[in-house]
Amino acid sequence: MKHRTFFWFFLPTAAAMLLFIALPIVSVITQSFFTPHEAVLIETENCGPFGCTKETTIDQDATAAIREAQPLGRFVGWQIYTDRGHLAFGEVGEAWRNSDGLRSFAGSLMNLPFYDALVFTLTYTFICTPFLIILGFTIAVAVNSLHRRLKGLMIFFSLLPMIVTPLIGALVLSWMVDSRGVLGNFLSWLVSDPDLSVKASTPLMWVCLIVYGIWSSAPFAFVVFYAGLQTVPQDTLESAQIDGATRWQQIRFVVIPHLAPLVTFVALIQLMDNFRVLEPILGFGAQAHAQSLSTFILSDLSGETRQLSSAATTSVLTIIGIAILLTPVLIRTWRDFNAKSH
Amino acid sequence: MSTAAHRRPLPLQIALWVFIAVWFMMAAFPFFWTLWGSFKVELDFFSIADWTNALTGANTQSTYGSPFTTAGYEGAFIQNEFWRNSINTFIVCFCVVTVSLTIGTLGGYALSRSGYKYVFWLLIIALMFRALPQITLVSGYLPIFFDWNIWGYLPTAILVLVAINQPFTLWMLHSFFESIPKDLDEAAKVDGCTQFQAFRFVIIPVMWPGVITTGLFSFLLAYNDFVVTALILNEGNRTMVPQIAAFLGTTYTEGNVMFAVAAVVSATAPLFILVMFFQRQIVSGLTAGAVKG
Repeated sequence: MKHRTFFWFFLPTAAAMLLFIALPIVSVITQSFFTPHEAVLIETENCGPFGCTKETTIDQDATAAIREAQPLGRFVGWQIYTDRGHLAFGEVGEAWRNSDGLRSFAGSLMNLPFYDALVFTLTYTFICTPFLIILGFTIAVAVNSLHRRLKGLMIFFSLLPMIVTPLIGALVLSWMVDSRGVLGNFLSWLVSDPDLSVKASTPLMWVCLIVYGIWSSAPFAFVVFYAGLQTVPQDTLESAQIDGATRWQQIRFVVIPHLAPLVTFVALIQLMDNFRVLEPILGFGAQAHAQSLSTFILSDLSGETRQLSSAATTSVLTIIGIAILLTPVLIRTWRDFNAKSH
Repeated sequence: MSTAAHRRPLPLQIALWVFIAVWFMMAAFPFFWTLWGSFKVELDFFSIADWTNALTGANTQSTYGSPFTTAGYEGAFIQNEFWRNSINTFIVCFCVVTVSLTIGTLGGYALSRSGYKYVFWLLIIALMFRALPQITLVSGYLPIFFDWNIWGYLPTAILVLVAINQPFTLWMLHSFFESIPKDLDEAAKVDGCTQFQAFRFVIIPVMWPGVITTGLFSFLLAYNDFVVTALILNEGNRTMVPQIAAFLGTTYTEGNVMFAVAAVVSATAPLFILVMFFQRQIVSGLTAGAVKG
């Protein structure tokens, strides 16, 4: 295809992505260096018979004029990045000097909102991803051994946790683990503690969110692996059997190596998706126990006073985070591509 | 394949069945439980006294004289006008799917038919765009949308969702068009067609399976979106998902949890039907990217 024809075919989608994906990135980066103008204050002195009083009022015209002249706001450089709500260099340095061990340093780090959100996001991402891959693989192997009729039925029901709206899925589970819900009741009966409330305890809430994460994404891994299982070379499997390989050895040395590229694919997609975890925290109403980078931005964006600069700064940091997360994969793709073209 | 070598030993067979049963319960039970509970009163749905109330509906029986009630649905749809949100969702999904398939097919087709190196880079850029959390983009939109006074309207949300959808659509359609032999349009071009005519008369008639699969995923993205619709639409234009989130804020205090439960069930029902009819397409779509890439 000629460059010219390609250009016209590709133009609409390129325009959409430039306008609504590339430009917003530029926009968040710009916003993160500016903060809204403070109101211009004028101090007037009223002198009466009983002495002088100073009075400060907002100069509406001057404020509006400044806002008009510099619509982006006041340039503050890296100030928002280093303030207490974000990277908090000052507080981190102080915590480092004052803490007597790594443990207490980590403790004071968790009191800073950004690091708290970062720790939860990373924990969620790196626990959910391997577990959902293992669960998905197990389901795939199990379903693959079923009778043909049952397979279809199992695939249908297995898809549900993934297809359903994340917020709704989280809500459904959250109602069930509520201390008045059926699972909550069951759990408190199980540990014979009538006052057990999952939603009141931070560690239990984290476990709950991670379980939700695995539950909702395992079907994706399942479907991908299930499709992969259909293409396992039967000859290799048969020769392994003739050589006396046990069932486990067949899986370990024939099936798993065959599925390895799919594992990379699932891991890549899931790392991306788990890193943006947001809806489960809202669905479980767990904001008091767990904040992720996304909920951190959301709470800046919603509410009466929209703190756009702060949200933009966290967004830039999140984008840097996801870039670091994806670099290994991108380098690998680049190498594969080069290997293919030579 | 029922030779002795293939037959599983009994303990393994039992373990397999138990595992399947446990996963089946995990996947399906929450939805059935909520569906059943949505026809009860709150005291049954959240049973403090006796959990079997949720099954038998003892309190529902004493309140409404029957173990089932549609009070939750009436409250959600009539009192809180949830039908408006359903219509908004329908409009948003329909427009997002149509627009994003139209421009996505053109783009994906071009990517699959151009042999130049920039195709690789465009796909990698699309992958990076796909990796961005949507909320970071939304914080980029807001000041601009406020400035231009386009915040809060359905078309704005539709445009944003279409754009966010593009990277995924491009990847999927690119790999689908790769599987359509290039000879088809080459032959058409030899016969004197322009590239666009070749696309129009040769490719469009055979592209529907891939387009339908991609469309399903565009639909799911638009339907399931929370971040964009919650932050970009104003209260009057909300779609279902942000409205359910809003229910949580207001109805919990009013004690009308059942409205939210009914709304949740109503919003899940279309997805159930979708999976029922398009299970094969969804499965093939999920695996297309994996098997190719």
